[in-house]
Amino acid sequence: MNNPSEAIDQGRRGFMRSAAGVATVTLAPGVLLHTLANAASPGPTAGEPRAVQVTDQVRYGMLIDTTKCAEGCTACVSACDRENGLDLQTMPEGADPALWDRQEARWIRKVKVQDNLTGKVTNLPLMCQHCEHPPCVDVCPTGASFKRADGIVMVDRHLCIGCRYCMMACPYKARSFIHTNVEVKLTLAPRGKGCVESCNLCVHRRDNGQASTACADACAAAGHGAILFGDLKDPASPLSQALAKLPSRQLRENLALNTGVRYAGV
Amino acid sequence: MKRIVYREWHLAPQRYWGLLALLAIVAGIGGLAFWYMEHQGHWVTGMTNEIVWGTPHLFAIFLIVAASGALNLASIGTVFGKTPYQPLGRFSGLLAVALLIGGLLVLVLDLGRPDRLIVAMTSYNFRSIFAWNVLLYTGFIAIVLAYLVTMMDRRLRAYYKAAGTLAFTWRLLLTTGTGSIFGFIVARQAFDTAVLAPMFIVMSFLYGLAVFILVLMFACAQDERPIGAYLLNRLKGLMAIFIAGVLLFILIYFLTKLYGAKHYDLVNYYLVSGGRYTVAFWFGWVFLGLLAPFGIILHPVLGQDRRWLAGACALVILGGMASLYVLVIGGQAYPLSLFPDQTILESGFHDGVGGQISGYAPTMPEFLLGLGGVAVAMLITAVGLRALQLLPESLADKEVDPHAAVKA
Repeated sequence: MNNPSEAIDQGRRGFMRSAAGVATVTLAPGVLLHTLANAASPGPTAGEPRAVQVTDQVRYGMLIDTTKCAEGCTACVSACDRENGLDLQTMPEGADPALWDRQEARWIRKVKVQDNLTGKVTNLPLMCQHCEHPPCVDVCPTGASFKRADGIVMVDRHLCIGCRYCMMACPYKARSFIHTNVEVKLTLAPRGKGCVESCNLCVHRRDNGQASTACADACAAAGHGAILFGDLKDPASPLSQALAKLPSRQLRENLALNTGVRYAGV
Repeated sequence: MKRIVYREWHLAPQRYWGLLALLAIVAGIGGLAFWYMEHQGHWVTGMTNEIVWGTPHLFAIFLIVAASGALNLASIGTVFGKTPYQPLGRFSGLLAVALLIGGLLVLVLDLGRPDRLIVAMTSYNFRSIFAWNVLLYTGFIAIVLAYLVTMMDRRLRAYYKAAGTLAFTWRLLLTTGTGSIFGFIVARQAFDTAVLAPMFIVMSFLYGLAVFILVLMFACAQDERPIGAYLLNRLKGLMAIFIAGVLLFILIYFLTKLYGAKHYDLVNYYLVSGGRYTVAFWFGWVFLGLLAPFGIILHPVLGQDRRWLAGACALVILGGMASLYVLVIGGQAYPLSLFPDQTILESGFHDGVGGQISGYAPTMPEFLLGLGGVAVAMLITAVGLRALQLLPESLADKEVDPHAAVKA
């Protein structure tokens, strides 16, 4: 090298070497622990808060046996309302009750349908179906509507701009828009005016190591046991066992969304 | 054809400032409506968990669709080399940008969280046609402004054709994007068809042209600038073609739906049993918005009367709003097909019990917000016309008709 200005700067090399060393020493233990922790367990330990990342080794879902769903029973709806603070919504002063009834948020509702040909009547709870290919996630411009690795479809309340395109796109009308200020809210469901929300399979329970959802628990407590919650990917789970035995189907299966919620007897 | 001379809008100050004040008041009332809706929440509107997009969206979509259509006049001159349209290019570009800004404003101010606009501009989900539209809309404004510069600065004349072609291509993409917002919705029977994208393009041709003619006639009349019969006849001819185009696409839309037996009930709803939506379709969109203006502009006597032409344009605009009411609101009001071949007897969430159509009664703030967007678009147009040399001094036949000298 003839030009002295292009001589190798040893000081600079030394600095780069030290910086790389410090970075490795700082990050490596964290990366190692993170990998080990994820490999050790696909989900949180029962009864304890989640300490590991959500993985796709589980897929949460439900089987709803409509033959067990009792007419007139709304235990699942009340339990969901209580669990997720939906019962804390208040009608704004001066609002038209009939209109407010269509504006209030609801995560789960009871529906009674009759087959046009056979006349068979079926009762069932209807909520977000937690699709594998959710249209609400496809259409969301900001990515606020998302699917967790464990299959739960939900809304990131920090990214939602309230455009309601997901509500247009959902084939199950599972989503609600928050039409007014919310004075009282639960920390696990920090509801805010102007955002969209829907059933998230009691995601806080998933992250606290609890076994079931509020609706499934309430249905069992009412003596019906029509809602079975569990891991669709675990062949040994009661949900997978029941799905293997009982003929079930997806709602709007023509859309090929591969829903996480399945219905028997519809 | 003579050299076209463009001049700023020379209105008497009282008239100009009076016009601006009037538009500013309407825009301000729109702003107050936004403030009220934003503070209270959407419970003060008629929108619900069933009808999630309401009257503000009708105004927003109309303005956005008309914006791309208003640019057509410039495109016909630049891209297709039709010289009689070239003097309209600058005004066409201004109006297109103004309408788009007005429409976007309404869309943004109706968001549940308008304060998070920055999120919409920084966090993208590229599977969403909505996210693509954010880029298409902002890109449209930038491209049309650049196109305007190439029209106005002789030193950039070399780029004029390229900029015009890019703007034309972009406007086609933009309206395709707007139509696809509905076309890609598989969940709802009224949407879920690719034909909505080209249908929105043809609708944009028509609605943009109607707005363009009305605003042009007003702008020229205020400043006593002549518009020749030759130019108006060409614009009328264009309008007749576009009306025929929209009618054709309505036919294709329903034939597409009728092809699948599962949609018979939807077609019946729109054409026969849909109550206010059926009335809005036949009377508002087809008769008032298409057939009546078609008859007026092709009528040998009425078609030559400028007041009747202005009336025909106004009818097209009203019909355009009716068309969006039918498609957007009517499409949402029609119950989702949650359980095909079954009837919903009871529901805790208004799921179209017994096939019932969802109700929607818009409230005043929704209208005022929409009108505010229109006022902003007109405000931008008025200021642009006054400040810049966009409108030709004369659009008389001798200026724009290439055969005027021969005729004389």
